[in-house]
Amino acid sequence: MADLQSLDIRRRSASVADPPSVRQEPPVAKLIDVTRCIGCKACQAACMEWNDLRPEIGYFEGSYDNPQDLGPSAWTLMRFTEWEDEAGNLEWLIRKDGCMHCADPGCLKACPAPGAIVQYANGIVDFVSEHCIGCGYCVKGCPFDIPRVSPVDHKAYKCSLCSDRVSVGLEPACVKACPTGAILFGSKDDMTGWAGERVAELKTRGFDKAGLYDPDGVGGTHVMYVLHHADRPSLYAGLPDKPHISPLVQAWKGLFKPIALAGLAFTAVAGFVHWVVAGPNQVTPEDEAKGAAMLAGQDTKGDDRKGDPS
Amino acid sequence: MTNTWQDIKNANVILVMGGNAAEAHPCGFKWVIEAKLHNAAKLVVVDPRFTRTASVADYYVPIRPGTDIAFLSGVIRYLLEKDAIQHDYVRNYTNAALIVKEGFGFDEGLFSGWDAGKNDYDRSSWDYELGDDGFAKVDPTLQHPRCVLSLLKRHVARYTAETVSRICGTPQDKFLQVCDLVASTAVPNKMLTSLFALGWTQHSVGSQNIRTMAMVQLLLGNIGLSGGGMNALRGHSNIQGLTDLGLLSNAMPGYLTLPNDRETDFTAYMKTRQYKPLRPNQVSYWQNYRKFFVSLQKAVFGKAATADNDWAYDWLPKLDVPNYDILRAFEMMNNGQMNGYVCQGFNPLQSFPNKGKIRSALGKLKYLVVMDPLETETAYFWQNQGAKNPSDPAKIQTEVFMLPTTCFAEEDGSLTNSARWVQWHWKAADPPGEAQSDVRIMTGLFRRMQAMYRKDGGAFPDPILNLSWDYLDGNDPQPEELAKEINGKALVDIKDDAGTVTLRAGQQLDAFAQLRDDGTTTSGCWIYTGVWTEKGNIMGRRDATDPRDQGLAPNWAFAWPANRRILYNRASADLEGRPWNPDKPVIAWNGSKWTGIDVPDFVPTTKPDSGVSPFIMLAEGTARLFARDQMREGPFPEHYEPLESPVTNLLHPRVKSNPCARVFPDDRAQFGSADKFPYVGTTYRLTEHFHFWTKHARINAILQPEEFVEVGEALAKEKGIGQGDWVKVTSNRGAVVCKAYVTKRLKPLAVDGKSQHVIGLPIHWGFTGAARKGYGANTLTPFVGDANTETPEFKAFLVNIEKTAGPSEPVA
Amino acid sequence: MSAHQTPAMVSRYTTAQRINHWITALLLILLALSGMSMFDPGLFFLSSLFGGGEATRAIHPWFGVVLLVSFAILFVPFVRHNLWTRDDTAWIGKIRDVLGNHEERLAEVGRYNAGQKLVFWAMTWLILVLFATGIVIWDQYFFRFTSIEVKRIAVLVHSVAAVAIIAVWITHVYAAIWVRGTMHGMLRGTVTAGWTFRHHRKWLRTLARGQK
Repeated sequence: MADLQSLDIRRRSASVADPPSVRQEPPVAKLIDVTRCIGCKACQAACMEWNDLRPEIGYFEGSYDNPQDLGPSAWTLMRFTEWEDEAGNLEWLIRKDGCMHCADPGCLKACPAPGAIVQYANGIVDFVSEHCIGCGYCVKGCPFDIPRVSPVDHKAYKCSLCSDRVSVGLEPACVKACPTGAILFGSKDDMTGWAGERVAELKTRGFDKAGLYDPDGVGGTHVMYVLHHADRPSLYAGLPDKPHISPLVQAWKGLFKPIALAGLAFTAVAGFVHWVVAGPNQVTPEDEAKGAAMLAGQDTKGDDRKGDPS
Repeated sequence: MTNTWQDIKNANVILVMGGNAAEAHPCGFKWVIEAKLHNAAKLVVVDPRFTRTASVADYYVPIRPGTDIAFLSGVIRYLLEKDAIQHDYVRNYTNAALIVKEGFGFDEGLFSGWDAGKNDYDRSSWDYELGDDGFAKVDPTLQHPRCVLSLLKRHVARYTAETVSRICGTPQDKFLQVCDLVASTAVPNKMLTSLFALGWTQHSVGSQNIRTMAMVQLLLGNIGLSGGGMNALRGHSNIQGLTDLGLLSNAMPGYLTLPNDRETDFTAYMKTRQYKPLRPNQVSYWQNYRKFFVSLQKAVFGKAATADNDWAYDWLPKLDVPNYDILRAFEMMNNGQMNGYVCQGFNPLQSFPNKGKIRSALGKLKYLVVMDPLETETAYFWQNQGAKNPSDPAKIQTEVFMLPTTCFAEEDGSLTNSARWVQWHWKAADPPGEAQSDVRIMTGLFRRMQAMYRKDGGAFPDPILNLSWDYLDGNDPQPEELAKEINGKALVDIKDDAGTVTLRAGQQLDAFAQLRDDGTTTSGCWIYTGVWTEKGNIMGRRDATDPRDQGLAPNWAFAWPANRRILYNRASADLEGRPWNPDKPVIAWNGSKWTGIDVPDFVPTTKPDSGVSPFIMLAEGTARLFARDQMREGPFPEHYEPLESPVTNLLHPRVKSNPCARVFPDDRAQFGSADKFPYVGTTYRLTEHFHFWTKHARINAILQPEEFVEVGEALAKEKGIGQGDWVKVTSNRGAVVCKAYVTKRLKPLAVDGKSQHVIGLPIHWGFTGAARKGYGANTLTPFVGDANTETPEFKAFLVNIEKTAGPSEPVA
Repeated sequence: MSAHQTPAMVSRYTTAQRINHWITALLLILLALSGMSMFDPGLFFLSSLFGGGEATRAIHPWFGVVLLVSFAILFVPFVRHNLWTRDDTAWIGKIRDVLGNHEERLAEVGRYNAGQKLVFWAMTWLILVLFATGIVIWDQYFFRFTSIEVKRIAVLVHSVAAVAIIAVWITHVYAAIWVRGTMHGMLRGTVTAGWTFRHHRKWLRTLARGQK
């Protein structure tokens, strides 16, 4: 988990925190070059090893995706897609799924627990489990369907980009393990530059639409993909074409909050003002008398109401 | 590998055929990616399935399992027809110009010399025409009708693109695309590397598969150069070491061979092994055989091996059959001819074909000793696991001993990788429980047996009583001691002609050139001489310095032979000694000697014009497009169908399959026919697992938990099989019930006009370990061996598939 | 009538109804407090009341379940008194007089006036909405039944409904404070005849007729 000693926090969920600004930490990025990934799952194994995660031994369910899905103990997952282009040429698109570490993280925006989600100055978005209350709002806030809440301890989990390793100058475990260099780690500038070279090379091999996936909709990400078909990210097991924080979440965590609190305050204040202006509605002795009489069967007409200013 | 893993990055075209490098060798595959990134290399994958390798390939071309020779012969035809061969190389460095005897021929699927009675060839006609000088005749113009190249042209003429397509099911345009790419490397400065593995070996024509590709590479002039070569990607971290050390029933360390029972004395034995040169000036390095053999005998028997007793030749076992390979062993076991089995680091119940037969054979043993770090299925063959292992323990009398061993990380030792690098490794952890090293266990067995022979006598005790056992603690030989012994040393002071002592008695040797045939040197494995010299443990070197950044790293560990990183590297330079590819030179003649980034393939002062050809292990000095008598089924590769095949042999229906393949009669009776088993089954490995080991490891089990088969969408539709449905796959030997992976990656192939489906069977599941229990694909595979190596035909056989109900309970 | 004379009393709520009302009231408050703590970071401190964020997250939906039950018990006897009539619409039309304490300008009102009925129905519908959306976002048990997009809608609707119900609750509480004598009805079960005469004269007449 988070190593708070050596990583400065830029943003903290459900809090207003002034980021420390003495240390200069360049934004980092993990670059996943899908075009040179062979789907060996070494990254998954390394992730499990380093983070001491052991999901259940599952079943074969009709694909090479194992475990079937991301989970509280499966922070990264190779997703395999068999895709045939219009000409019938088969491609086996293999994408390592996991937290994208958005510059504008939907999870952090949605999180109600102060400090349960932090964004470090280097861009890593990390879950601080001891502060997590298990509400699952991060799940709803995430445009990439990444966080998973454990049914055991009711805490949300996801890739930490090995913040513990990064904070001491190591690359994330998946990067270390990748045999083909399909996962690289460095400053975001460097990774973007290298991705440009990769894209240029891919274009020489006929992938005219090759490109870098660093979506603007979430302010860019600190995990980026080199895709052969950057015009169609959704080919890659549903990678969002244009990810953004859902307008529902934006509304919920954005505009609605002040409106709601203002509305409630207004209601309360309105009552107070009414009290001050109109005062209490008192039962008068006459009311009691007439009421008692009516109750006793001496029916009084209700027409005496007018002219009873009490 | 002729070259190194790192050297793959120097290739211009990478042909992955007969293997799935990304899947099975993901770490080494990084060099393929390097080649793509930094050398603009094109990756071509020819495979029945669209594999993980294909997922990053520039070209994927489908092929029917077991038809690689037809495909590659078609490539050869194309190269010859388009004249896309490297002429100088072919003329001077291969036997293309040598003239073959009259009488050699090929007709209707059989080469000359076929003996129908013996079911084998008389190979005497498969040789060169010798001149009066005893040397092979040669026609440098390559015009002689019986020169090797002419014969080869004639032989491959049948493999037109159309025929190839009809046999292999490969669309003609895709086949020609591959031909074009391959042909593009016929120029001296373009290289093709061939990466292959069990996809070529595990066939009844496995050796010939590889030979055919080697011939392609020779025609292209791609052997001996940076970025070229024939690169067998070994399936196990030390399987190269296994063959180097001769752990086969007919082999001795360093590719020396055991005598057969007709070689009753040492002289007879040496006669067939010290090849005389077949061309003038050739090295024919096996002329040194006697030095290697005597030094080995001195290492094994020490002082007891003397000139007087022919270096203890008589104590060696003499083979009555060519080979006691694993198929023969289990055949004998099943027939009650083999009663005890020490199974060390092997899991036959999962690894060998026809699981039912293996199970039956193990049940007929009196005793079975299993030495393994894991609880293997073999050790539990007697256990009733329902349909997955239907044994009846009450009926099995075999006594099973399980001796837990250390695994590689729990002991010091060496591993020899695919690139022939002998690398030392250091113990990382203590072994669990009672586990002991294999060496210690074998020592314990040996010492006890020796004591019993010494006490009680017995038949032929000499080899056991006289075995040299010169270790500090005779009960616990250390890996370092064994390594030094394998390297070899001088037994006496050895002097040069001037009388100067060049080697002190007891001194570790530096190179096999120092070995002598007079009993004054020892070496446990001549090609490993140099692994532990007076400088210490050369295998432990970890200097990654790489001159010219060409991927040789000469100071990293030790590569046999003689720390040579690229075999046949003399062929990297032309006749004058200039590198064919000046951009990536390996060695070059500088006017007085050979220099460069690798150890030259012969004496460094051999002048280029001396006439010494690069392939020094061969009597003719040139590489063999024509194999002479070295291959059992013919000097040229020929397309033979797998023993179980859905179609006839288009080229010669009367000789459908390899006539020399290893098949026992009872196994032939178990072959299925295409009417009942219409689909081609092929087995393979997945990257998540290593054979049957890693299913014991939780993480690997998580990554690929349960047995499945791969079925193409077309066949699945035909059979009503949905994604993840339970299916029953049957061969004439058994049935596997597991889930189906319906995939686009297996497409029906148009074989001779008919649609042929292929079913993929990953092998990794059994009934022990952490993963879910499975049947094991070897339940289905045929008990067939390659004609030369007896490697089982795991890659092509006949199966049927039906949708079925799943088990009533979830898979454990 | 002298001041020390005990006013005539009318029974308005049974003991069981009162207990149930206060249970419902308490739950609503607890739900509001716990819900607010998860709604706005500025109110997260409220989660301390429940033993911290995790406990708040865990207990909040259970409050909701209990509330649903208690409100249902409340709903059944009250619903027939809260059916909307034409008089109610007229009453709403004169809301300025209501707020100005000019009840004498309004028509006679039955057991509940239109404002009370609005509170009743607002509570009813908002609780149903909150419960339904609450189930959708009760991930501990119901995560797998809906998509994330549905959950996003649910969480937004839940928040809006929660804010609305709190506003209704404030109104409800204020009305009880504003209209003197009302609280006694829910605390002790009875209201004075005068209170009834003043605010619910039609009901009083019914009661009177019933006593004959």
